[in-house]
Amino acid sequence: MAFREYKIGTRLFGVALGGSMMITLYFPTIDMTSVQATEVALRKALSAGRQNGFAYEDPFVTGEGKPVTVVLRKDPVTGEKMEPMEAYVFPPGTPFPSAIRHPRTLGSGVKELSLQQGRIGEADESRGAVFYVDHATYQGEKLAYIVNATAIKGWQPEQVLASVPEEDKKYIGTGKTLFVREQCWWCHTLLPEQTQDWQYFGVPPRLGDFNSEGPTAFGSDRKAPDLLHVASRNSSREWMLMHFFNPRLVQPHSIMPRFDYLWDEVDANGNKIDYAAWRKAYEEYEEGKRIYPPEVPEPHPDSRIRKLVDFILSLK
Amino acid sequence: MFKYLFARNEDIPPGTAAVYFGYSSIIWFIIGTGLGSFNAAKLAFPDFVTGSELFAFGHMRQVHVHAVIFGWISMAFAMAMMYITPALGNTRLWSEKLGVWNCFLWNVGLSLGLTLLWTGMTSGREYSDFPWIIDLYIAAFIALPLAINVWMTILKRRTQGIYTTNWFFGAGVFMVTIVFLVGNTPEWFQLTGLSEAYLTWWFAHNVLGLWITPVAAAIAYYTVPKITGNPLYSHRIGHLHFWSVVVFYSTPAAHHLMSAPLPEWLKSFASVEGVLILVPAIAFVSNLLLTMTGKWHYFVDNLEIKFTITGVLLAIPLNMQGGFQQTRAINWYIHGTGWIVAHAHLALLGFSTFLEAAAVYYGLQTIMRRKLYSLTLGNFHFWLLLIGFATYWISMTIAGLIQGAAKIYEVPYIDTVIAEHPYMIARWVGGTLVFTSNIVWLYNMWMTARAGTEIPAGRLPHELAYER
Repeated sequence: MAFREYKIGTRLFGVALGGSMMITLYFPTIDMTSVQATEVALRKALSAGRQNGFAYEDPFVTGEGKPVTVVLRKDPVTGEKMEPMEAYVFPPGTPFPSAIRHPRTLGSGVKELSLQQGRIGEADESRGAVFYVDHATYQGEKLAYIVNATAIKGWQPEQVLASVPEEDKKYIGTGKTLFVREQCWWCHTLLPEQTQDWQYFGVPPRLGDFNSEGPTAFGSDRKAPDLLHVASRNSSREWMLMHFFNPRLVQPHSIMPRFDYLWDEVDANGNKIDYAAWRKAYEEYEEGKRIYPPEVPEPHPDSRIRKLVDFILSLK
Repeated sequence: MFKYLFARNEDIPPGTAAVYFGYSSIIWFIIGTGLGSFNAAKLAFPDFVTGSELFAFGHMRQVHVHAVIFGWISMAFAMAMMYITPALGNTRLWSEKLGVWNCFLWNVGLSLGLTLLWTGMTSGREYSDFPWIIDLYIAAFIALPLAINVWMTILKRRTQGIYTTNWFFGAGVFMVTIVFLVGNTPEWFQLTGLSEAYLTWWFAHNVLGLWITPVAAAIAYYTVPKITGNPLYSHRIGHLHFWSVVVFYSTPAAHHLMSAPLPEWLKSFASVEGVLILVPAIAFVSNLLLTMTGKWHYFVDNLEIKFTITGVLLAIPLNMQGGFQQTRAINWYIHGTGWIVAHAHLALLGFSTFLEAAAVYYGLQTIMRRKLYSLTLGNFHFWLLLIGFATYWISMTIAGLIQGAAKIYEVPYIDTVIAEHPYMIARWVGGTLVFTSNIVWLYNMWMTARAGTEIPAGRLPHELAYER
């Protein structure tokens, strides 16, 4: 019996699926990879590091191998006072974000400025580098670009970290990784919608706000306020810490889980945190046996919550 | 199972792989819906099991999603493929041994992947949450062996043509492999920015559109004609369904990001293509309902048809929502609200689950030659599942409409949370009913294997449903 071989059908199937992937993958990618990076994108890329999900430098997604964001108030080499500025310190061995590794992801103009004036091509992961963001005019357009301070000013990562007090260090990259790991984005979107979120959650992001970011963690199922500009609405670290430890302390109707476990073992003074005692005291407060709820422990500088709050307060 | 892993292929009884896949899928369904019920309880009562990293909502939510999609739904698909593909080709499965290994590696890989997700090892991308090692494992040891078995069985068939169901099966396993390999390029090649965001949703859209929807429909193309004895109403409408799935369903990925700053042409294109999803949807529903002509009493009498036709009927609201909710005119209102969660459950727990449950019921009885242990428990499962699902769907739709209204009227967010609270409780109750119904199902299928009446040679299970 001669069997049908479906020659036309299989070829048509290939054409149909291939055509579909051409339109939905190839064309949009050409468009999206040529987008010019904004200052927001550059700052996000430099503070977040290479990858904030599962990655070879951080297989357990705990925030290993991420840069440190610092506020510089004096020149790390000369010690002279200067206007406070943000710099992004990559200690030796810290993987660079796509923005540095593949400057073409920055889009035209930003790429040329970063390579020629910012000399980012000279940065070396094995020796580490310090970057900051500057502005210049390129073909009549004012653009933000990345500056390799290690090449231009001779700032070494260890030197910069040593010159900055602890309160001016922000572990935004590790914090974003914890944001991904603890899956805050299942409920809190990072995407004010283009249609009606302006008044409540602020301006929606622009096309060029994402270059070099991964994962973008927009979130799709909003069960809680959008966080893209949260620190512009509420920049109180105190409030954030209470809210993370037990959201019902500041918002009785909140359905957010408690993130007290991010305080880890010890508090800022090195004392072991007694979670059982805290919960018992809180239960007594809920039952009306105490007037005030128990104090939220001051987190240790190395605790995960400190880094997560650093990230949340960077969302301006 | 272990004794067959190293047996010779000829020594493995036909249908073994299908039976293992069938029972695995039911167990994963219980695990998945149990996690769903647990998560829902946390949304209703936030201090339920609190202060523990492993049992935090953020660690459990994606385990529920992946247990249900890759455990229950996809394993039930594999089960259906293992027995329907050879049956329609009038032949045996190409390699029963490969099927058994496939099932073994699937359970191992999925358990490993879910454990990693649970501990927090995630790619941070919705629906492609698995770290890329697990994605590679899924493509190489789950999708590809399944694809090879299905394709070789179709090639070795002893019939002239290929029936509609097998087009979908053959194409579905191919497309899901491609979707896994291409959709995870952000992780393979460190793609970033908008490309990463878009490919995340390209993956999510196509794993539903090119795997779950067409394969679930393919199962109905088998069960309805097989059980009612009516031939498929129209082979040509089946063609229309197949080709419109490939052309229209593979293109609207960007409609998941309508309010994000993607290129505007892409959003408009995706939105128009999204409405065209109604073409395969209407073709499928009308073809199946017309096949029922003259045999509608089966919808009441027969358990498998009851499940299948309920699934087909749920495809009507599903596609009406799906076609239009992604247009700009509607999307701005309901985007990111519980409405979408309700819609996703309508697709996976409504439409698709009901079709697969019928295939698992019918397939296990046919292969094991055992009549269902208890039709009463079967009917109890059906009604509990349907009522649980409906409770979930309706409560989440209402919650979504509240969120949508609150969103456009700029209501303080906490007031939305307060207003949603009763519906969060209803959602938890619905999910718990679904979970309970599946435990009843597992008991029923377990007893069918142990104590079901033997089906005599030459008879089909549904013919004996009311005989003692």
